[in-house]
Amino acid sequence: MSVIEINNASKSYVIKHKLNKGNTLRDDIVNFTNSVFRGKKASKKELFWALKDINLKVEQGDRLGLIGSNGAGKSTLLKLLSRITAPTSGEIKITGRMASLLEVGTGFHPELTGRENIYLNGSILGMRKYEINQQFDNIVEFAGIQKFLDTPVKRYSSGMYVRLGFAIAAHLEPEILVVDEVLAVGDADFQKKSIGKMRDVSKSGRTILFVSHNLTAVESLCNKGAFLNKGELIDHGPIKNVINNYIQKVSSFKIKQEWIDISDAPGENGIYAKRVELTSDEGLESGIQLTTRIPLKIEYEFWNDLEGANLNLSVFLYSMTGECIFNMANESQSFSKGIVSSEFRIPGDFLNDGSYFISLMVVQDGLKPLFVFDEALQFDIHDFRENSEYLGKWPGAIRPMHLKVKSWQKELAE
Amino acid sequence: MKSEKVRVITAKPSFIEYWKEVFDYRELFWILAKRDIMVRYKQTIFGVLWSILRPLISSLVYVFGVNKIGNLGANSEIPYILIILPGTILWLFFSQSLLNISLSIVTNNNLVAKVFFPRIIIPFSSFFLGLLDFLIGLIVFFGFSFYYGLFPEIKIIFTVLFVVLAYLATTGIGLFAAVLNVKYRDIGQLIPFVLSFGLFISPVLYTTDKVMGDWTYNLYVLNPAVGAIDGLRWALLGEHAQFNWDSFIPLVVFCIVSVFISIRFFRKHENSFVDYI
Repeated sequence: MSVIEINNASKSYVIKHKLNKGNTLRDDIVNFTNSVFRGKKASKKELFWALKDINLKVEQGDRLGLIGSNGAGKSTLLKLLSRITAPTSGEIKITGRMASLLEVGTGFHPELTGRENIYLNGSILGMRKYEINQQFDNIVEFAGIQKFLDTPVKRYSSGMYVRLGFAIAAHLEPEILVVDEVLAVGDADFQKKSIGKMRDVSKSGRTILFVSHNLTAVESLCNKGAFLNKGELIDHGPIKNVINNYIQKVSSFKIKQEWIDISDAPGENGIYAKRVELTSDEGLESGIQLTTRIPLKIEYEFWNDLEGANLNLSVFLYSMTGECIFNMANESQSFSKGIVSSEFRIPGDFLNDGSYFISLMVVQDGLKPLFVFDEALQFDIHDFRENSEYLGKWPGAIRPMHLKVKSWQKELAE
Repeated sequence: MKSEKVRVITAKPSFIEYWKEVFDYRELFWILAKRDIMVRYKQTIFGVLWSILRPLISSLVYVFGVNKIGNLGANSEIPYILIILPGTILWLFFSQSLLNISLSIVTNNNLVAKVFFPRIIIPFSSFFLGLLDFLIGLIVFFGFSFYYGLFPEIKIIFTVLFVVLAYLATTGIGLFAAVLNVKYRDIGQLIPFVLSFGLFISPVLYTTDKVMGDWTYNLYVLNPAVGAIDGLRWALLGEHAQFNWDSFIPLVVFCIVSVFISIRFFRKHENSFVDYI
């Protein structure tokens, strides 16, 4: 039985590019009179389709993972399903009660106590008073706020706040649970609880919609997947297939660049790029998912037009936010005209998951930059974990797994 | 599995579905009203005493001002405070409710943007605060009226009617303002300004018979606050106030027309609140 049936649902927004800026009634009146009396167009309208002709059925008991890059329409779809906004056209049929953990702690009033907020928030999420009474103790225990039940939530720590919000939503006992990136919050212990709760929910035959950028988490929790891109449903089906499809289509891989002819190649001051490639010892077929485990090899070659030049060939690794993670170079040495080839290895279990790009630089005599090749390569590294209950983002710029933490028991000194 | 109800989400929900859903969420209506009331006097010293102080101090200031400036009160048979108080508490109810309703969607934007429930519950529930103040104001009035030996007649039960009419009139204006305020925050600036004028064109500081016979009278009675205040004075002041059909009929017409249109207006726009808020 399908609990969610989406038929040709679309959502469009009108984006106005105002020619006269402003957002008040006065501006609108001025623009309106201008357009009526002077024939001036006040704004250029453009229709933006956040979702287009989505058709999807979700069966009872499915754990559906929604994946897609930012702006793909995942949040819009969840907003339609949770009825925060209405579809522009099409229809959605939902059987049973739906609860969303889109934004935990929604509607908490800072001045009210934890107890009062449980009732307030429960009602807002659609619980009846007797249901809240039934679940009250469970909620308090799950959130771990027994001591602070009669404290205004404005005095809560942010962790307590989120825990309470999640606890209320998790005890709604909905037939359909919508979870959006909740794994990003809370400590490990709380995440364990949350994932346990989600497993419970799915075991009892209820349906989960899960949105996360963390593919590992999606893969381990969901059995079905739906892949959205630019408002369109590209693929749906068993989670493994969908994730593979997603990685092939969307990730902004640039793992190889090569120039046959020196006249087309980028470069200056006698140095021209010939080839740059990200590979590994086993070779990388296109579309493979790079994980934190896989050792990487970066190969790059330049045409060198300078006779007997002392060159440093260096590699910069940047995170997607533009921070330089490291910069390594060969020892300065003399090259004659021709092709200069280099190779650089990054061991497995060293980089953290995330998106990276690589820039190259050629320096003469250790101080004179000849050529900077920006964003020569670009790739994503996906998370890989074993035996870990924690599914949140692993913190840090790198993840050097070979640096072991040693701990031992110490006897108490008498 | 409890509820096997199928919910269909489309661009336009049907009329019956809509009101059924509002009814399903009736508990939320009380909870939101309770929230507003509970939160109101948190971290204050005087607490609920403010609800008594506000109408009392306003009335005393009005009585003082009117006695000093004009001789409006000179020919009344009963102490002037008894005439001023009903006008003041109704005006406070009217202005406070109007302000609360107009701003309600925007002040609850965290709810509107994050969870679904029939949006109309928000403005509906936001008048409770004003109602509570009104009831406390009535108690203050009875204190004075017993002190001066004026005891209510049976027609006091019509108080309920005039509060309901005042509420409907506020809703009629307020829903429009609430919808417009989502897109144009100018409304939030405009309303207090308009209300400060309203005090002078409504019979708060004076009684309607001061305006009778003036050429402005025909315009004056169109103000819904006039009908409500005239009516409340009639219900509360026994033989000292006359029933005024001139202001009562425009009030009733205004309520029916404005509530009908404004609810339609609200329903038309409520689904797009989140896109503008």
